[in-house]
Amino acid sequence: MKGITSILKDKFGEVIICAQKTKDEFPTLWVHGDHIIDVLHFLKNDVDLPFKMLYDLTAIDEQARKFREGQPKSRFTIVYQLLSFGRNAFLRLKVPLISDEPSLQSVTSVWLSANWYEREVYDLFGVKFTGHPDLRRILMPQSWEGHPLQKCHPARATEMGPFQLPDSKQEREQEALRFKPEEWGLDKNLGGDELMFLNLGPQHPGIHGILRLVLQLDGENIVNVVPDIGFHHRGAEKMGERQSWHTYIPYTDRVDYLAGVMNNFPYVMAVEKLGDIEIPDRSKVIRIMLSELFRISSHLVWYGTFAQDLGMMTPVFLMFNDREKVLEVVEAICGARMHPNWFRIGGVAQDLPQGWEKLIRGFIDYFKNKLKEYDKMIMRNSIFKARTVGIGVYSTEEAIEWGITGPGLRATGFDWDFRKAQPYSGYEQFEFDIPTGKNGDCYDRSLVRVEEIRQSLRIIEQCLHNMPEGPYKSDNRLTTPPRKKNTMKDIETLINHFVQTTWGPAIPHGEAFCGVEATKGHNGYYLIADNSTSSYRTRIRTPSFPHMQLVPLISKGYSIPDLMAILGSVDYVLADIDR
Amino acid sequence: MNETLKLTLIAIGILLALLTIAAGLIWVERRMLAAWQDRYGPNRVGPFGILQVVADMIKMFFKEDWIPPFADKSVFILAPAIVMVTILLSFVIIPFAPGILVADINIGLLFFLAMSSLGAYSVVLGGWASNNKYSLLGAVRGAAQMISYEVFMGLSVMGVVIMAGSFNMTDIVLAQKNVWFFIPQFLGFVIFFIAGIAETHRLPFDIPEAESELIAGYHSEYSGMKFGMFFVGEYLGITLISALITTLFFGGWLGFGFLPPVVWFLIKMFAFILFFILLRASLPRPRYDQLMSFGWKILLPLSLLNLLVTGALVLYFT
Repeated sequence: MKGITSILKDKFGEVIICAQKTKDEFPTLWVHGDHIIDVLHFLKNDVDLPFKMLYDLTAIDEQARKFREGQPKSRFTIVYQLLSFGRNAFLRLKVPLISDEPSLQSVTSVWLSANWYEREVYDLFGVKFTGHPDLRRILMPQSWEGHPLQKCHPARATEMGPFQLPDSKQEREQEALRFKPEEWGLDKNLGGDELMFLNLGPQHPGIHGILRLVLQLDGENIVNVVPDIGFHHRGAEKMGERQSWHTYIPYTDRVDYLAGVMNNFPYVMAVEKLGDIEIPDRSKVIRIMLSELFRISSHLVWYGTFAQDLGMMTPVFLMFNDREKVLEVVEAICGARMHPNWFRIGGVAQDLPQGWEKLIRGFIDYFKNKLKEYDKMIMRNSIFKARTVGIGVYSTEEAIEWGITGPGLRATGFDWDFRKAQPYSGYEQFEFDIPTGKNGDCYDRSLVRVEEIRQSLRIIEQCLHNMPEGPYKSDNRLTTPPRKKNTMKDIETLINHFVQTTWGPAIPHGEAFCGVEATKGHNGYYLIADNSTSSYRTRIRTPSFPHMQLVPLISKGYSIPDLMAILGSVDYVLADIDR
Repeated sequence: MNETLKLTLIAIGILLALLTIAAGLIWVERRMLAAWQDRYGPNRVGPFGILQVVADMIKMFFKEDWIPPFADKSVFILAPAIVMVTILLSFVIIPFAPGILVADINIGLLFFLAMSSLGAYSVVLGGWASNNKYSLLGAVRGAAQMISYEVFMGLSVMGVVIMAGSFNMTDIVLAQKNVWFFIPQFLGFVIFFIAGIAETHRLPFDIPEAESELIAGYHSEYSGMKFGMFFVGEYLGITLISALITTLFFGGWLGFGFLPPVVWFLIKMFAFILFFILLRASLPRPRYDQLMSFGWKILLPLSLLNLLVTGALVLYFT
């Protein structure tokens, strides 16, 4: 079969500027901006085994980049990452923008899900998208000046000069917060009836974090929902550009703060791809075991709080107690609980402690029966079913169109799990099933997650029985300080040690993407190295971002209690949306 | 003169006892919930944490008595008073034991139904006067829920009235000498119990408050002692419904001899109170429309059927 690169070159000829080689070996093509819609439309609809999902859309500010040989001239590069389920492959398209005030056609006409991604690129890079339906800032406040991910934008408060808030500025800021329905694309009237606007959040018990939803209500029926995100934005991507490769790991922990080390996973693997670092088998299995523990922990938080959203009071306490048991194991291994910062480039921070088998075994034995109890209490409760069955439905096609991955995708009946489809870190050697739903409603999303807890237990059990012996960290120069006994003997090692511990490693230039099947969906890190001690661009593609974008679509026509069920069943984390 | 003094003392005694029970229930509920939820609950203040209630009351009394500037002031103040007054007045008709009751009136049960209808005003007015959208939604839900469930509540006890041949509560208790009414009137008992939960808007029917949706619903804007009145009113409501179930279906003060009548009454009443708390610990909240259709499509026909069958049987046998 012809590769996608040659298909595109045959079809579009000059439009395809050139191909680029990347460390992740995804086909990467530079495309003329004028024809990007045609190319994307072709890839989505007309090509054999089409690329149905717009997996990610982001940008790179190229102005300070040193190593770009073989790439066309560009000031800002827009990156489209597509996923084909038929081919089980990613494709990356890049569009060079030369102007200092760049603009490009919006691709919302091809993928509706491009809406938020383009807003994000506009917000953080200042690239304008012509034909975009609602090009407003999305993560930064509407009154923000500058575009933070541009290289010229300061990264620290100390670079910005003292903060001042004169009265005029305060008034301006307050005025910017005034709610005007028109600015949100909301109408005050519907067929002669005056509608009510309800401001749900940023502080509200039912939304799990600092999310604001503007509801347009006809009585209690939802006419429209407009999410306002960005309250939890901490500039995680910008921080990636100033931290060294190693010191960025703790920041990743905090992106999906319920999933702990699962966030380290794609990051360290992407760096390992960039540096061609091989890691020992033992560390691979340790990584899998801890990730699955965190999957259980994260799903337990979801399980309990979801039940609470539906008015059940008890489960959340029981689930948090069980989560405590998971975190006890995590703490014994890593020394920390929610943010263990445990994975390292080239392995993990330390070997497993003595007696870890007993802890894991104890947890598995304790937890297996608990799940049955919870099934009886929640999943088989008739009021719970009445609240969740047939609520917030979307089909597999819609899920793919909107970039939904993880349990939300599998609940529609599509058995796509990246641990099986594109195994990483040795998942191919584990036996586990991919639970799926049928209807893509709130109940099925719950079923899938509950079943995933069981599958995670299976994986952990296999880790327990098959933990390989050997080192827990690679001996690669880039990842691990030289052995102490050698540093005392030859100057080369000593220098290396000095450079490694003071500056950190300089990862050779290149680009790599790596993703994992995280608790909420597919979480990926797209890293660009520029022969430097920190990354040139760190792109974090989180699952919650597209999932939140879908919420308005699946909430229309339902009522406020249903919205709570929908929000709960989508299972997002605000830091995962806003980064 | 002596008679008047005695009645006054009984009334004051009952009032104080009720308020103590309602306040104590706050502690009981928190401890019981905690026991069912694998945690401790309040256990620091006093023995077993029982003085937590006192601490909470002190806190509530000394909190700033804040009225939102956008609220309708007089109605805002009136609303929490209504809930307390109507529920406390309802207790007038409850015979705790022979001789321990405030008013032995021949329209006893009707008086309770009238008072509980008035109680709906506190929710509606409180939510409306708060001038807050969440409160308004809660108030609208509360009004609909309470008014609908009143219908079945009234109908469900009519079987008892037919069998006892009186609205007078003492007569109803005495009519249960041979068999407690929950046996012949089991359907009526179940419906009354469900309607009672809806009436006190406790989980699973706490739809007007619905914390995860409406924050606190109709009393979102209340704080200090005004909130305290809604809060204690809720526990008084539970006590009232439990006392009514005891009186109407479980033979009131009638017992098996070795304990004084009033103790039998209290034992039965507390059993139902605990059941209320257990329900709260175990069930999710249905949606508002599900609650309504459950009421009108299932409970209403059932209670009418119950009324019809009871009436026919009583006519047949007399």
